[in-house]
Amino acid sequence: MRSVSIIGVGCTKFGERWDSSLRDMVAEAGFSAIEDSNVSGEEISALYVGNMSAGRFIEQEHIGSLIADYAGLARLHVPSTRVEAACASGGLALRQAVLAVSSGYHDIVIAAGVEKMTDVSGGTAADALASAADREWECFFGATFPALYAMIARLHMRKYGTTREQLSMVAVKNHHHGCLNPIAQYQMEITHEKVMKSPLVADPLHVFDCSPLTDGAAAVVLAPTEMAKKYCDTPVKILGSGQASDTLALHDRRDITTLDATVCAARVAFGQARVEPGQINVAEVHDCFTIAEILAIEDLGFVEKGQGGKAVEEGMTSLNGKLPINTSGGLKACGHPVGATGIKQAYEITLQLRGEAKKRQIDDAEIGLTHNVGGSGGTALVHILSR
Amino acid sequence: MASGIISYGVYIPRFRIRVDEIARVWGDGEDISEGLRVYEKSVPDMDEDAVTIAVEASRSAIHRAGIDPKRIGAVYAGSESHPYAVKPTGTIIGEAICTSHNFTAADLEFACKAGTAAIQACLGLVSSNLIDLGLAVGTDVSQGAPGDMLEYTAAAGGAAYVIGSSDLAAEIEAFQSFTTDTPDFWRREGMPYPEHGGRFTGEPAYFKHVTSAALGLLRRLDRVPEDYDYAVFHQPNGKFPVRVARKLGFSKEQIAPGMVVPMIGNTYSGSCLLGLAATLDVAKPGDRIFVTSFGSGAGSDAFSIKVKDRIEEIRDGAPSVRDYISKAQYLDYAMYAKHKGKLRL
Amino acid sequence: MTDNAPRFWRAIPQRYSLIGTHCSNCNEYYFPPRNICPNCRRSAQMEEHKFKGTGTVVSCTTIYSATEDFERQTPYHLAIIQLDEGPRMTGQVISGPSGVKIGMKVKPVFRILGKEGDRGIIYYGTKFAPLEE
Repeated sequence: MRSVSIIGVGCTKFGERWDSSLRDMVAEAGFSAIEDSNVSGEEISALYVGNMSAGRFIEQEHIGSLIADYAGLARLHVPSTRVEAACASGGLALRQAVLAVSSGYHDIVIAAGVEKMTDVSGGTAADALASAADREWECFFGATFPALYAMIARLHMRKYGTTREQLSMVAVKNHHHGCLNPIAQYQMEITHEKVMKSPLVADPLHVFDCSPLTDGAAAVVLAPTEMAKKYCDTPVKILGSGQASDTLALHDRRDITTLDATVCAARVAFGQARVEPGQINVAEVHDCFTIAEILAIEDLGFVEKGQGGKAVEEGMTSLNGKLPINTSGGLKACGHPVGATGIKQAYEITLQLRGEAKKRQIDDAEIGLTHNVGGSGGTALVHILSR
Repeated sequence: MASGIISYGVYIPRFRIRVDEIARVWGDGEDISEGLRVYEKSVPDMDEDAVTIAVEASRSAIHRAGIDPKRIGAVYAGSESHPYAVKPTGTIIGEAICTSHNFTAADLEFACKAGTAAIQACLGLVSSNLIDLGLAVGTDVSQGAPGDMLEYTAAAGGAAYVIGSSDLAAEIEAFQSFTTDTPDFWRREGMPYPEHGGRFTGEPAYFKHVTSAALGLLRRLDRVPEDYDYAVFHQPNGKFPVRVARKLGFSKEQIAPGMVVPMIGNTYSGSCLLGLAATLDVAKPGDRIFVTSFGSGAGSDAFSIKVKDRIEEIRDGAPSVRDYISKAQYLDYAMYAKHKGKLRL
Repeated sequence: MTDNAPRFWRAIPQRYSLIGTHCSNCNEYYFPPRNICPNCRRSAQMEEHKFKGTGTVVSCTTIYSATEDFERQTPYHLAIIQLDEGPRMTGQVISGPSGVKIGMKVKPVFRILGKEGDRGIIYYGTKFAPLEE
């Protein structure tokens, strides 16, 4: 099994992209990544795309064929595969691409992610997102996606003393990072008061605890590490990739305040990379809700279980902290076009490791991590990248 | 062969609205509640309907006497607010109480007396040995048009009776019905609220049918009101049952335990059955209860009931009518309107 | 409008009466019913089990903003409930005056879960209410 590297990245602006269709955005991100990587179309051996729900959002399936077509590769008959793992679709696409290159089956592979969410009404979007949960046994009984994370938050606060303010701090921090990221959906600072003033969605979560509906696409180009220098001066190595599943419904989990899928995927990735959590310099984690980021830094092993809130409060995860988390603005401020997020995370870490993150660049970024979760934790993907 | 009530169960939703509060909104003056002798009425929760009430009452009946639901051979649900015009409430009740699939079902409608008609249907099947046990339910979430007099009393509630011929808690000795074509109160298909004939609903309707059925039964059994310990009459308000009792020669004490309308309003198909349940909650073995229902359209079913020893064994197996009456949470008119779906969105 | 009718109908025993399964090999209870016992897999001995419906609130929330189907009912309470026999399920809780709290004991009640508009099917099922009230 050979080592794999990222040789090019591209990402669209995230937000309400009224003028752009799903095809427009995927082409934009794809071309951007291909240009960045200096590969030519003929060299692309396979495509993987993460997309959660084009069927519900724009009544379009067969996304694999669609992106091959709109990337101009259909005439070259490049194999193209759409993968879905709810909000972890992007991370899953990255892993599939890594497996394809690592196994030797393919050389140059593109992993993309895209979601076009804003064409439909908010109600329809919420219902589409709810299918990441257990439709029969959670949604049918009245659960909404935010409600599931709200119940995690309530129990986490009860068990570990995590406070309402600490939840807000995650959102405040990520908004601050978003201001420094030109592609982020939101580029405005917020405060704890602003979070609390926003309407309650599912107590204790307010609107500002929740990631938004976003349109966007991202793409990365992968090559075997031994070939990477041919294409770019700053390839980013993928040291480890881990994927894990867990029960679909939150109520079936071993421990409602821990995402075992994250713990397992991380263990595999760290094992493969031969890296300890303490060696990670920067990470993009799955903050679909503020509580999710707190859980993530615990379950990835950056802090002890239950200490996530305190870590955020003490500034550990801020831009100038010991381990900056979500320098892109995270799902909260950068936006969460569901299928694209996992790839955007790889894009952001790549920029950090290359030293190209400009205003949000952290010092001495050597090893980075991406963490992408599906639903309330039914799937988790963890990737470890290095300079 | 003797047959009758093996068990019974009730359900009254927890919300109430005071009659005075309705009067406040419609400017009808302060003496409405005194005039009707109804002070407050039950209001269903937004996720309750005639079916959910029927299921809760039926489950209570099954639980009270430890009945094996697989013995039930018929389910008759009577209501004037079945949520489906086509698709019977009875099938949902059967499924929800875990009957076998070997039972017959059909929904009944006869204004407020559909529940007692259901009991008669079950008695027929049980007494002729065609089935082992029957379930008769009267349930309603009745509607009164906003601002109409009926709005003061139209309430929600239900009761379920398991009818059989062994382990009787109360024997139904005999019944007599009186039925005519009388248009005192009706609702056309597709219309949300009923119409009524005002004072026409009194003498030619309620009083004529209740007294005819009652007198007919008393005459047939060669009995007088004093032979009974309790009496239950249909309760559209707090005045009619008192007046008809007096007319027939029953006393205020006899009807007292069964008078639930002042606290919960008129539960239509549940009305008489809840009154009977409230009486069974306190009656002693050997007591006799005289029941006469009334349904607009019009008809009355009169029953002579004898309480047996077994009532003491089963009575405490499920909540009583008073238990439900006491669990009251009050709404203002706006919340009440939201609950009853009167706000058309 | 029969889009959801078969899917809903299939799970009626579960929604109305909390019928699940029990593996007599490892004595674990499952709701909703599982065809395969995750512990025993091939050596499972699965039989039907009707849950009592009583349980304890593990976590809860009040939903203020819901999907279209449930928007009319907001605010309403949702909880993860641990049934007495062991498995957990998600359900709405009808709260009394004292609200819904972690650790509260609950019992099952039969309510409308939703409707397919004015012309479609009414979905009935189990919600929960405080045990004491």
